[in-house]
Amino acid sequence: MLWLLFFLVTAIHAELCQPGAENAFKVRLSIRTALGDKAYAWDTNEEYLFKAMVAFSMRKVPNREATEISHVLLCNVTQRVSFWFVVTDPSKNHTLPAVEVQSAIRMNKNRINNAFFLNDQTLEFLKISSTLAPPMDPSVPIWIIVFGVIFCIVIVAIALLILSGIWQRRRKNKEPSEVDDAEDKCENMITIENGIPSDPLDMKGGHINDAFMTEDERLTPL
Amino acid sequence: MEKARPLWANSLQFVFACISYAVGLGNVWRFPYLCQMYGGGSFLVPYIIMLIVEGMPLLYLELAVGQRMRQGSIGAWRTISPYLSGVGVASVVVSFFLSMYYNVINAWAFWYLFHSFQDPLPWSVCPLNGNHTGYDEECEKASSTQYFWYRKTLNISPSLQENGGVQWEPALCLLLAWLVVYLCILRGTESTGKVVYFTASLPYCVLIIYLIRGLTLHGATNGLMYMFTPKIEQLANPKAWINAATQIFFSLGLGFGSLIAFASYNEPSNNCQKHAIIVSLINSFTSIFASIVTFSIYGFKATFNYENCLKKVSLLLTNTFDLEDGFLTASNLEQVKGYLASAYPSKYSEMFPHIKNCSLESELDTAVQGTGLAFIVYTEAIKNMEVSQLWSVLYFFMLLMLGIGSMLGNTAAILTPLTDSKIISSHLPKEAISGLVCLVNCAIGMVFTMEAGNYWFDIFNDYAATLSLLLIVLVETIAVCYVYGLRRFESDLKAMTGRAVSWYWKVMWAGVSPLLIVSLFVFYLSDYILTGTLKYQAWDASQGQLVTKDYPAYALAVIGLLVASSTMCIPLAALGTFVQRRLKRGDAAPVA
Repeated sequence: MLWLLFFLVTAIHAELCQPGAENAFKVRLSIRTALGDKAYAWDTNEEYLFKAMVAFSMRKVPNREATEISHVLLCNVTQRVSFWFVVTDPSKNHTLPAVEVQSAIRMNKNRINNAFFLNDQTLEFLKISSTLAPPMDPSVPIWIIVFGVIFCIVIVAIALLILSGIWQRRRKNKEPSEVDDAEDKCENMITIENGIPSDPLDMKGGHINDAFMTEDERLTPL
Repeated sequence: MEKARPLWANSLQFVFACISYAVGLGNVWRFPYLCQMYGGGSFLVPYIIMLIVEGMPLLYLELAVGQRMRQGSIGAWRTISPYLSGVGVASVVVSFFLSMYYNVINAWAFWYLFHSFQDPLPWSVCPLNGNHTGYDEECEKASSTQYFWYRKTLNISPSLQENGGVQWEPALCLLLAWLVVYLCILRGTESTGKVVYFTASLPYCVLIIYLIRGLTLHGATNGLMYMFTPKIEQLANPKAWINAATQIFFSLGLGFGSLIAFASYNEPSNNCQKHAIIVSLINSFTSIFASIVTFSIYGFKATFNYENCLKKVSLLLTNTFDLEDGFLTASNLEQVKGYLASAYPSKYSEMFPHIKNCSLESELDTAVQGTGLAFIVYTEAIKNMEVSQLWSVLYFFMLLMLGIGSMLGNTAAILTPLTDSKIISSHLPKEAISGLVCLVNCAIGMVFTMEAGNYWFDIFNDYAATLSLLLIVLVETIAVCYVYGLRRFESDLKAMTGRAVSWYWKVMWAGVSPLLIVSLFVFYLSDYILTGTLKYQAWDASQGQLVTKDYPAYALAVIGLLVASSTMCIPLAALGTFVQRRLKRGDAAPVA
């Protein structure tokens, strides 16, 4: 009699947990992809942990605090590793609605991932899409900070160069007869306005220098 | 008496300035593309031949003209012949167009550089869509690097007609780019001479670092072998020779007036022949060097994508058939596929359409040039390297150095004639003239920061300089050889530098190079005429890829205007001088 009851119970359980059954979810794990050499084998102990995690998630839902590990049924475990699971109510006759299970898993996905050393890509609950974590968005975008720094440096450098150019020119204005660095065209114009350009050292290209020419005229040619 | 002209502090500054100007973005993003398209290693044959036959002679010619005339392009050509001052004006106009759109590239490089200081790099992940359940649709269809370029950087509109407004982020970067250029040219050769030490040498440092990193990347040898394997049959393709000639021509930056401007600040006794050979050799060497780096990066990217594709296919098969995780590897994939096809035919045929054929060759075959290479392909490779922020910063810093170095030459081509002209320089100091030029260019450049800006950029890039430059350099060569007189020029050079001009240069200047330029010119014209309406590539956000569209009428008018405004300067100025002389002769009779 007991054996009959046992078979009946497992038959009912088998009916409750079937691939594609109502309120059933498929889970897929990629342990070797995630852990490589340190991958653990998927055995009944791991399955027990999984059932415990699901039961734990369900207990957090109001009205479902009485969920036990035995209420979580696993079936069709493949080599992949993938399997289907359902969560039954305390009477073990009906499965809990998919919406409740979905929201419970979603809330605790992080804990479940960590229990198995996996992440959202390697521990997949098909049909339960995980909300993606938005990338960190600082209040001031970083690029503006870098831009601001470089911008200020460039402005300061330009201002320094322009001001030093103006100072140099003012200095040259006050001392027109001194030999100057003939880089600036304005300096050239100032010296020309003064009459005979007087930079005798700047003899490039064989041009005649007026200052020396007047000297030559004074001396008698040999 | 002639006003003292500012000079380079030493000849090294001059060489560095020329190198910094000639070695630009084209060496990095155009030459590798050409090398790949026209036969890999065998492209080097037409390239080197064109360098010796076309590049070196024309470069020497321009440097010699600048050094001899000691004026910017307008003054130099006016001295050669008053009827040819239009050549100088055309050079300035083309340089003006170039500097308008070229600095936008520097703005983009700044944008990417500033965004490289984040973890993860913003172009490595797609942003989430509205309700955080998945990634943004456009980003999914394209790739994250394409999305960052087309949407975040350019915010591109679907076609040229839809202008959009000026985007403030690229506009700020453009403003910064122009401020940096102004900072470098502010004091003339004094400041430029010091800046070019950095802009010429730093890119090589980065290239060497990248070479070492690139060669050690996984899959780099795939790229190198694929690209450099010579395809000898391409030597018979005339397009290979034409493109080699074009690349040498434009890569050296001939005809813009920048080389004349740089050389005009030389001492007359400077050995510009030696410098011309050095600069052209270094320019070509840099192109080849950069393409080695580029091909190793290509190889890395292609191998990475290929292995990703294989992983995706494996995952799909593993999930569909519930195979053991980690069972499928690259080596047994085909075997297992065959087995599955026979064991579960219905299931296999169901999911077969989803399996992509992964091919390393097709990944390597994607040949890209221009901004696409620099900002999409390279960033895609960089995001997969370790410590990607460092590589990204280095890479965009190098792009900036190359771009700013070229900008220095472009602005020198515009400023030297302006500061040479007595009318302008008597009223404004040098700093103010440079400031005005930068301001005007920056203001017009804001057009390229609009949503449709990248389409206008392509217009300028493809049409502003190509035909006009060929014509300008052709007229230059003919002017020096036949109007000024080759013998006269030769004796000028001998008197100036103390060295005779070898027969090789004379033969090239008088005969070979003009013929080459004429053939290039004819080829370009016939190409334009044969293609009919000009088309452009527009980004379609809904499909996540580029589509071809026709230019609207006003865009074609702008293209025509661009080409006409520079080429017409030559005949118009000749006509103007002719009319002026006629009037003067008419007036000269009553006035003594």
